[in-house]
Amino acid sequence: MTDPEIVEKVHRILLNEFEVPEDTLLPNAHLYDELGLDSLDTVDLMVVLEKEFLFKIDRVMDEEKIREIRTIEELLSFIEYKRKNDGQPTRPPNFSA
Amino acid sequence: MKGLYARRSAVIDLQERWRREIEDLTCWVGAPIDEPLNHMQIPRKFRRSMGRVAIIAYVAALEALQGARIPESLFGSGRVGVSFASTMGSVSSLEEFFAAAQRGRIHGLPSGILFQFMSNTCAANLAHALGITGRMISSNAACSSSLQALGCGVEAIQHNDQDIMLCGGAEELHPVVSAAFDLINASSCRFNDHPSQTPRPFDRDRDGTVCGEGAGAVVLESQRSARARGAKILAEVVAYATTADGTHMAQPHRESISGCLRKALRAAELSPKTIEYVNAHATGTLQGDRAEAEALKTVFGENGVAVSGFKGYFGHTLGACGALELIACLRMQEDGYLIPTLNLETIGEGCGGLDHITTLRPADFRYFAKASFALGGVNTVLILKRYTND
Repeated sequence: MTDPEIVEKVHRILLNEFEVPEDTLLPNAHLYDELGLDSLDTVDLMVVLEKEFLFKIDRVMDEEKIREIRTIEELLSFIEYKRKNDGQPTRPPNFSA
Repeated sequence: MKGLYARRSAVIDLQERWRREIEDLTCWVGAPIDEPLNHMQIPRKFRRSMGRVAIIAYVAALEALQGARIPESLFGSGRVGVSFASTMGSVSSLEEFFAAAQRGRIHGLPSGILFQFMSNTCAANLAHALGITGRMISSNAACSSSLQALGCGVEAIQHNDQDIMLCGGAEELHPVVSAAFDLINASSCRFNDHPSQTPRPFDRDRDGTVCGEGAGAVVLESQRSARARGAKILAEVVAYATTADGTHMAQPHRESISGCLRKALRAAELSPKTIEYVNAHATGTLQGDRAEAEALKTVFGENGVAVSGFKGYFGHTLGACGALELIACLRMQEDGYLIPTLNLETIGEGCGGLDHITTLRPADFRYFAKASFALGGVNTVLILKRYTND
């Protein structure tokens, strides 16, 4: 079960950054078919997740895992995976923007 | 239009804002849009690819489409196209991108930034946001961008490829663009303490142009289509001509300007005396205004045509200027007036011999010409006629 704080953060990101309708924030909601995200949004979503959770997403190494994300629940699982496998982040990735 | 009728200048002091970016500008004035654009009301999926220039274009386009009452169901029919341009893509987005690239790290930039700064950002975003599936044309041609956009729209309809074309141009204001005019000594730098007194088209004391921002959007439609749906038709485009100067990138040439004017008259099968008013390009530069005035005299004869230019009101809006100023002409034609050239107090040497409009003049005119003579030597002229149902 995902930490409720993480769930809340992800919901806030989807609402504020991606402007999805609030009533679509269900665990099995499909990011692309129901929430209306597309491939460009996925790119931006990964950047937002890096800033929020302070892990580094590798465009090449994480590509397959990212492609498997379909629902909010799967997104949360991905975040859990990154948090565990990135160790304890000591500093955020070096962002330009 | 309220500003034009009130003789109000939108040019303001921008030193405090611009000095944060560039410290050695010589022109410190410009005409920004300082009212909110309410861009957050644009759905994110459209907004993310829009830099400031595309947002400005979109706001104007919506107004034009609402005014023309084009049914939304037509946008995706393939018979509606868009021809819309700016001199370049969003400069502020380009600046953001290059700033990151200069720091050596692009990670974290939004994915939409390319679409914001690409040169066809206005046309692409309008087509995308409106669901337009006909022609998409982006006539990036410096200050002739929007008149060429209209011309391309005219030709698409004349070729019966499109029934309706959303046409126009837009530009955002940025100190980098004004800096480019500084570099060619074309910007006004002697009125920094009196912003509303510049630019001064045709005036003896003119010293260069002032950049502004804005957008002008018009809906062009075939007469058959417009009549069939009972549209309110404001005017008819009777000629479009565009030529290259072929001699200099920045210095307009009297002969090439008059050549383009004559070409437009031939295309319209009109004699010069039929044209009752010319809305000049007249950016306020010493050479440009003089060359244009001499060309107008050559073509129309001494005091042969009423002339005014609108850049004194809102600066040189570059990619938007042709369409924006043409729209003001259509409105004043409807209202029955000729709007004067703001800041024309003493006619400059070589600029005389024209019927310069210096005060608001009631006028019932039928034919007028709109001209743009752009950097790069792009000359463009449209001739329009008030529409009557005969």
